[in-house]
Amino acid sequence: MTAKAKFIIGGAVIVAALAWLGFVGFQESKSYYVTVDEFNGMRDSLGGKTLKLAGDVVAGSIDRSKPQMEFAIASPKTDIRVRYVGSDIIPDTFKDGAKALVEGRLDADGVFNARHIEAKCASKYEAEYDDRTRLRRNP
Amino acid sequence: MANFGNFCILFAFCLSIYAFLAALAGARKRAEHIVKSAERAAYAAAGCVTLAFGSLLYLLLTDDFSVAHVANSSSRSLPLPYKVAAIWGGHDGSMLLWVFFTAAISAIVLWQNRRRHRDMMPYVLAVLMLDLSFFLSLGIFLSNPFQELVSVFPDGSAQPFAPADGQGLNPLLQYWAMVIHPPILYVGFIGFLVPFAFAVAALATRQRGEAWIAATRGWTLWTWLLLGVGLILGGKWAYVVLGWGGYWGWDPVENASLMPWLTGTAFLHSAIVQERRGMLKIWNVLLILATYLLGVFGTFLTRSGVVNSVHAFADSNIGRFFVFYMAVVLGLGLIMVYERREVLRGERRLDSMLCREGAFLFNNLVLVVACFAIFWGTMFPVFSEWVRGVKISVGPVFFNKINVPIGLLLLLLTGVGPLFAWRKTSAASLKKSFLPPSVAAVATCAASLLLGLRDPYALACFTLCAFVLATIVEEFVRGARARGRARGEGFLVALGGLVWKDKRRYGGYVAHLGVVLLFVGLAGNAFNEEANGAMRTGQEMRVGGYTLKMAGFREGVQGTYQFGELYLEAYKDGKPLGTLRPERRLYDGGQSTTTVGLRSTPLEDLYVVYTGTDADGRREVKARVNPLVFWVWAGAALMFAGTLIAIGKK
Repeated sequence: MTAKAKFIIGGAVIVAALAWLGFVGFQESKSYYVTVDEFNGMRDSLGGKTLKLAGDVVAGSIDRSKPQMEFAIASPKTDIRVRYVGSDIIPDTFKDGAKALVEGRLDADGVFNARHIEAKCASKYEAEYDDRTRLRRNP
Repeated sequence: MANFGNFCILFAFCLSIYAFLAALAGARKRAEHIVKSAERAAYAAAGCVTLAFGSLLYLLLTDDFSVAHVANSSSRSLPLPYKVAAIWGGHDGSMLLWVFFTAAISAIVLWQNRRRHRDMMPYVLAVLMLDLSFFLSLGIFLSNPFQELVSVFPDGSAQPFAPADGQGLNPLLQYWAMVIHPPILYVGFIGFLVPFAFAVAALATRQRGEAWIAATRGWTLWTWLLLGVGLILGGKWAYVVLGWGGYWGWDPVENASLMPWLTGTAFLHSAIVQERRGMLKIWNVLLILATYLLGVFGTFLTRSGVVNSVHAFADSNIGRFFVFYMAVVLGLGLIMVYERREVLRGERRLDSMLCREGAFLFNNLVLVVACFAIFWGTMFPVFSEWVRGVKISVGPVFFNKINVPIGLLLLLLTGVGPLFAWRKTSAASLKKSFLPPSVAAVATCAASLLLGLRDPYALACFTLCAFVLATIVEEFVRGARARGRARGEGFLVALGGLVWKDKRRYGGYVAHLGVVLLFVGLAGNAFNEEANGAMRTGQEMRVGGYTLKMAGFREGVQGTYQFGELYLEAYKDGKPLGTLRPERRLYDGGQSTTTVGLRSTPLEDLYVVYTGTDADGRREVKARVNPLVFWVWAGAALMFAGTLIAIGKK
């Protein structure tokens, strides 16, 4: 057998093993990424699955008084109550109005149990000055 | 000043387009005077971009909030260094920084090669200017940093508007590593443009040799080094400022900078094979094409909002322009390689598996597979939406499952590669050189098992680290002894002389030594411990052998933020280790930041975060013990040092 053939066989074995690991890792960690509106529209089919749910944190909804923090996130039309059951630190960017991405699944009581929260600030300038100013292209 | 800046980038854009066309025309007609004219235009474009950069700096330093970027990213009370950093604190300004580096690098390349490589230079210039004009067009038409604010009245009329103060720089970015991280990372992305441009030029001029690799070796190494530094600074920032406890989270933005680093690493190694053995020519051109495109792709990922990420930049409609540009470059590159396949035919074939070339080939294969897996995982939400209409994302589990074994395989190759000879390795020499490292590996494995280590990956990692460490030591000792004997020098003198004489080779080994230490640090992740506690003054909590006692709490207002600071006395086995002071700040805009309390030793980090106050008024603390993290930074530093040695001339 030529060295080239050996290399190709060796490489194929390595790639196949890694592909299998990738497949297993994919099955374990995949989550569907939906907005709150989409989720509320297909609750039946998505009920038991691990999801990443995207929406804006409803202003004033963050309730830290309970043992597990609760809040609501909304896409334009509908909203959903979320309970944070994870142990990671809540990111600094998580606040009223932030764009949040919560990962977890729907609980029996209709509250979304999030194991993980990501948040980012809404684009800064537009949020503050939107009602009276607009960016102008220059020249 | 805003109009001046705008004029400068517009003029630079025209100049770069002219330089691109003139360089191609000059190359076609073999007219040196047209090429010269193109080069002058490129210099002038670099000058204009520098002036634009200077005017944005001026606008920031003079607090001119009529300019949107200044109002968004700076404020009157911002300390001076952060006002400078505010250039790249927002999307628009960071594009200008990108363009500035591209223009400056182009000018330097032209100057370096004003008498060398004259046959290739017109094509090099054309590639550089194509890239520059693309990014300039984005900077002018899509994310112009000189845009001014206007207020629009109900009747539709508009008037210039300047707020009294700016929004300030995002407090999360107000950290030393984050100030220098973007510029360093940018050069690490952009620099691959140079070897790519030379590769294209070599193809265009049908050069058979390695001139393009040799001509750009310094650029490649510096770029690769800076990309690595940028990656590590980003990790340091995540570790100390974001406060979630780790330094790498497989975030799309992190992946964006890791991917070109991986293909760049592959290129560094396979370029050696081409220089030594005249093989892998097509592969090297494809690798540098991929590396360059992945650099562009990295900016695309962080700016287009195509994949959800922690970066707040995003959400601009800039994405389709990037996709178009990348598709054009990829298409042209592939067509060129196909057209010139005869020129790129290898001079030799692979003689055996157990040879240096074989180890390099596997190294390349594994690095490219890692890059592909990361690309796939990062872009999966986008692909799945195209194909099935649902966004499916994958988590860190996916990335770790593939990349941990890949990392170990690479570590193994780092060890065995230098033991193999070029072409073919004899059984006798294999036996001789494999014996000491194998003994070291077996001994380390046995010792780890006796100490109670059971995690398979960590065990494999430590075993391989010992193996590689032994091979590197063997190389140095053998080389120094031979030199010492030949010249009658003492061991240390001979060792120094050895490294000095062949900086490339031994600098590479020093970098490999850094890789070993880095892997020791990464393996520490298997032993992380974590605890949550809520305390009042005088109360204690425990985490992984440490006791944390709350000694006090301080809060107040300072400048633009309120802060709360915990005083935690740390003890281990009853011995006091000093006070940790984790802090939380709440800035006026509502943004809060964390400062981690950190006690770092080579053995382990004690890492505490003050997370807030619970319903009963107790202070909540998240504490972690992260073993061996020190070696991540130390290993990276040694890698960089080794690279610096290798950059030096032979």
